[in-house]
Amino acid sequence: MSVHPSRGPLAEVWQRLRRDRVGLGALLVVLAFVAVIVAVASGLLAADWARERAFPHAPPGLWAGEAAGAATMPAGSDPRDSARRLDLSAIDPLAPHRAEWDRRTAELRTTEPVRAGSLPLGADRLGRDVLAKALRGTQVSVSVGVLAALLAVGLGTLLGAIAGYRGGWVGAVLESLYSVFTAIPGILLILAFAAVLGRGLGSVVLILGLTGWTTVYRLVRAEFMRHARRDHVLAAEALGVGPLRRMVRHILPSVMPVVLVQLSLHVIGFIKYEVILSYLGLGVAIDQVSWGTMLAEAQGELLLGVWWQLAVATAFMALFVTAFSLMTDALRDALDPQLAYRTGGRTGNGPGGSPRP
Amino acid sequence: MRRLLHAALTLLGVMALVFLLFHAFGGDPAEILGGLNARPEQVALIREQLGLDRPLWVQFGRYLGQVLSLDFGRSWATQEPVAQILASRLPATLTVMGPILLLEVLLAIPLALAVAVLRGSLTDRLLMGLTTLAMSISFLVYVIVGQWLFAFQLGWFPVQGWSTDGLRNLIQYAPLPIGLAVLVGLAPLVRLYRSFFLEEIGRDHVRTARAKGLAPSRILLRHVLPNAWIPILAQLGAQLPGVFVGSFLIESFFSIPGLGREILLAVNRSDYPVIQAVTILLAGVTLIVNATTDALYRRADPRVGAAAA
Repeated sequence: MSVHPSRGPLAEVWQRLRRDRVGLGALLVVLAFVAVIVAVASGLLAADWARERAFPHAPPGLWAGEAAGAATMPAGSDPRDSARRLDLSAIDPLAPHRAEWDRRTAELRTTEPVRAGSLPLGADRLGRDVLAKALRGTQVSVSVGVLAALLAVGLGTLLGAIAGYRGGWVGAVLESLYSVFTAIPGILLILAFAAVLGRGLGSVVLILGLTGWTTVYRLVRAEFMRHARRDHVLAAEALGVGPLRRMVRHILPSVMPVVLVQLSLHVIGFIKYEVILSYLGLGVAIDQVSWGTMLAEAQGELLLGVWWQLAVATAFMALFVTAFSLMTDALRDALDPQLAYRTGGRTGNGPGGSPRP
Repeated sequence: MRRLLHAALTLLGVMALVFLLFHAFGGDPAEILGGLNARPEQVALIREQLGLDRPLWVQFGRYLGQVLSLDFGRSWATQEPVAQILASRLPATLTVMGPILLLEVLLAIPLALAVAVLRGSLTDRLLMGLTTLAMSISFLVYVIVGQWLFAFQLGWFPVQGWSTDGLRNLIQYAPLPIGLAVLVGLAPLVRLYRSFFLEEIGRDHVRTARAKGLAPSRILLRHVLPNAWIPILAQLGAQLPGVFVGSFLIESFFSIPGLGREILLAVNRSDYPVIQAVTILLAGVTLIVNATTDALYRRADPRVGAAAA
């Protein structure tokens, strides 16, 4: 008679996840994105995305095309030449300054970048490499989504745990805070926060995180209420385990599947919001690039027949979000096969149902 | 009565949140109003005129009194009364948002029913996969490509614009924004309604009806649809307040002079009276809508009232 060693809960989850082909493929794609993001963040990739590398709107192409410097100006057209030929120093009021200006001009060097005729994925209006922009934008957009989701889900879990476990007047206060936040339509709340917090990467994270905690709060509160009366929690209480330890050690592990799935759902929702906010001019700062700013630039470009920036940004975003959604579905099924029925959340819906930005 | 009290308290909470938000982080209104070249005395004078030198609770009390008398003050940017701004922008928003909501629901119900019937089949899985992909692309991309394709390339619609004639707006300028919004909103809505229908299809009484030999169409219309109305109504109720805000993206993209674009302008100009007024009014509308849907539930399903009592 053989005895199977009992596997830990994480090993169980991994076993279930491994059987899901689609989920596993999605996980690989997401891991590839994570590798790219780490490389970009550490400066290995796309560090010089803002450098001018090609002619404005250079088309995509594998061959670098003809490299060209600046067009040389024909001699004699330089206004300084004519000034030298005609001696006006007697009547020129600027004459005393000329020597100093010439000296200072000599100190400065302008370099003409070597501009390529085409780049693998084309160039934007300023001749910047669209591929480098997309890589950098991936890092910014995904970071915003993940950080904001961590903030929102962390806040929602904390408040939900307190409201669900403690109840009483603390719970009542938190409940009214919840009704206040949900009484205002989501996008309007986001804009009200955006009005006072200003723009920039940190602001977007704060705005989305501070307005997006309500869904998680509701779910976690319900879960904590459900688990608080379970036998093992009551047993812990009878043994004299303190309330904080009961919440963290005895209830939280059972709630984690819900929290993890909500975290992934919020990442997707917030990435979509970042795109809209950046288009509306309330997103990341003007010297940064994200999928949202790329798409905002693409609106005008498309009318000129320049389609590559739109296509590249869309493709990057679609690939990441689809893979992440499929991974979330697989993760939910692997964590807790019953979860889909309890929370009812389907991927693709932003926080608080389908967003209408 | 308790419900009414709760709603009133929530509205008070919204006002406090908005008030504190703008006072704590919003910068000094007197400096914004004074402009770049204001001298310190002028700023101090404005502060005194607006009562900004008083204690916070006095300011909140005055603000509360203003809101209760439905006087939201004037826009800081244009000096136009806020109530007048809202009244003049609402028609455009409703012209766009009303048809969007109506079309979405009318199209999503039959589509979701059809997909729910085909559950588990290859068509169903293919469709669900396609919607996952379609939903992963930003709304912004659909709007950009839609405007370029249908207005710029094919010339079926004007690229953008708006007139003073309501009917002309509805026929000429609104169809493209409405069509694009419905196109994008349909996929998530069909998925959501499909899950509602699937839950009902799995119930015992539906199985019994099938065992009795009822026609599939009769089962769907008589046994599944009536029960699915409740989550559908709940979802509609949650969406309804959004109709009054309008779609910020659609309105600013197509230059439609609606509420959404106005709020966005206000955000960009730090025009707090406008943002405050809209936020509070919308919260009021939301609370009214919630109370109404609650009452409707009880009509649609007698069990809800019994469970709550």
